[in-house]
Amino acid sequence: MKVLRDTWLIFSFETRIMARNPTVVALTLAQPITFLVLFAPFLKVAMAGRGVESYGDAYAVYVPGLFVAMGLLGGLYAGYGLLSSLRAGIIDRCRVTPVSRTGLLLGRALMHVALLEFQATVITIAALPFGLRVNLLDLVVSYALLSLVILLSISISYAIALLVRNENSLGVLINTVGQPVSLLAGVLIPLTLAPLWVQNVALWNPFAWATDALRALFTGHFTAPAVWQGGIVMLVACGLAVGWSIRLFNREVS
Amino acid sequence: MSTRPTLSARDPVVPDRAAVGERRDLVIEASGLRKTYRKRGRKAKAVEAVRDVGFAVRAGEIFGFLGPNGAGKSTTLRMLATLVRPDGGSARIGGVDLVRSPARVRDVIGFVAQSSGTYDDASARQELVAQARMHGRGKAEAEQLAAAAITTFDLAEFADRRVRTYSGGQRRRLDFALGVIHRPSVMFLDEPTAGLDPPSRARMWREVRRLRDNGMTVFLTTHYLDEADSLCDRISIIDRGLIVAEGTPSDLKREISGDVVTVGLAALDEAGQVDAEKLRRAADVLTPQPYVRGVEAVDATLRLYVDGAATAIPLIMAALLRAGVEPSAIESRRPSLDDVFLAKTGRTLDD
Repeated sequence: MKVLRDTWLIFSFETRIMARNPTVVALTLAQPITFLVLFAPFLKVAMAGRGVESYGDAYAVYVPGLFVAMGLLGGLYAGYGLLSSLRAGIIDRCRVTPVSRTGLLLGRALMHVALLEFQATVITIAALPFGLRVNLLDLVVSYALLSLVILLSISISYAIALLVRNENSLGVLINTVGQPVSLLAGVLIPLTLAPLWVQNVALWNPFAWATDALRALFTGHFTAPAVWQGGIVMLVACGLAVGWSIRLFNREVS
Repeated sequence: MSTRPTLSARDPVVPDRAAVGERRDLVIEASGLRKTYRKRGRKAKAVEAVRDVGFAVRAGEIFGFLGPNGAGKSTTLRMLATLVRPDGGSARIGGVDLVRSPARVRDVIGFVAQSSGTYDDASARQELVAQARMHGRGKAEAEQLAAAAITTFDLAEFADRRVRTYSGGQRRRLDFALGVIHRPSVMFLDEPTAGLDPPSRARMWREVRRLRDNGMTVFLTTHYLDEADSLCDRISIIDRGLIVAEGTPSDLKREISGDVVTVGLAALDEAGQVDAEKLRRAADVLTPQPYVRGVEAVDATLRLYVDGAATAIPLIMAALLRAGVEPSAIESRRPSLDDVFLAKTGRTLDD
């Protein structure tokens, strides 16, 4: 119970601080919107004849990819926030209180989840005039799945940050890990266009399962196996990563 | 080349633990605390930050940890504040075992670190409410505590502005307010006045005394002599991870009986460099003199520990001139904590 209370406490405090800095929130939106406007038209041409007939169809393929890209890469940046809070003594100040350690880390992570979910909402709304149509239930399930994607990548970033303890190394690792993982998740170009060996490698990438599940949801195939499979893969991966980062946090900082 | 003034080699710091357990007026009892930091990489050497630290702090006193940078002050403080797990030794705070039940220790302690630990975009009020909530208080009570702290620490004028707009002194006051929001009985302050201008410094001293007058026990680290001397009721002097002396500042200074005469030997060398030969000759001349109890070389000066400066200075002058050493300056003063440190470690605090 205390963990839940403290997680909520840290989450609401961190969210309020973040909301006091709208410039940062606005800036994080710039990149996804640019991709949305500039990249989706290419996809319509490239995927013509593979079930993509209209802009609406192209966005149904592209928006889920953008969600995963944003969740994955955006989440990986969370480690920077953790390092700067550690350096500023904010974490120490909290750790001298009886606040739950798990809540301290999880509350921060959930603040980032909320921020990226907000971005996803803006992207969804921005894609509507271009012809994106999703039914509400599918959308709600998509957001839930996206939350797991974000939490997974945040936890990985926290764990790396706690291990290297240094912004430069974190940056290098984020780029080396983030780029291939996002490409192997088919975020820009669906993996159906990829050679077989790439598809086989992607089987080991939890983010690829998430992309598949999200694409199924966005094209209205709620009952497709990809949806529940993606859900299970993400739940397991996310559980492991969150557990790992919490363990490291409790070990490294206390 | 130097002989030390006569001092007991090591003060009795903490009696053995059986005796300590019965002292109910002791709020902090530490013995044998150790912490070694292992750096990453195979060739990196382990750093023994704290080697064997023990002391006792009585209820309602301001207890200072004085030592140069890197002496182990902050590490000791962070161990007591439950932030760093000791490698060895034990400590009780308010009767609670630090290693076994850190969670219970956190209820009774407050901590103000050297760096602020606040968000630039938050307001003082937001930070205070959040801090009280982290101590388990409900929302309404947290808001009351925050309002009370804003009055007590005189933060009202800027309490709802962003922290990034505060001056150094205002930030420090907020840090204090955050540290005591839950009304702890023991307060840990890490270098509370480092980097503050003199007026802010004087103000923080007043705040520290006020905490003590309200019944709190204050444990602070400092590398300022005057802070240890005039703010602290008792101090421990720490060097290279070991405690070298403990007592009230006046008792410690009294151990260095007599006066300190400083003989300046610089200036005459053309390059303005320390003339090592001259320094050595002066020390050779003065060390055997019967009225000189101890000699220490500090930069281009010699510190002589004598019973009475008034009678010693003419003798010192005569002895130096006889040996053909011309001092550039000579002055006398009462012993300071720096002399105590020098006597115990052979180095000054500035080293």
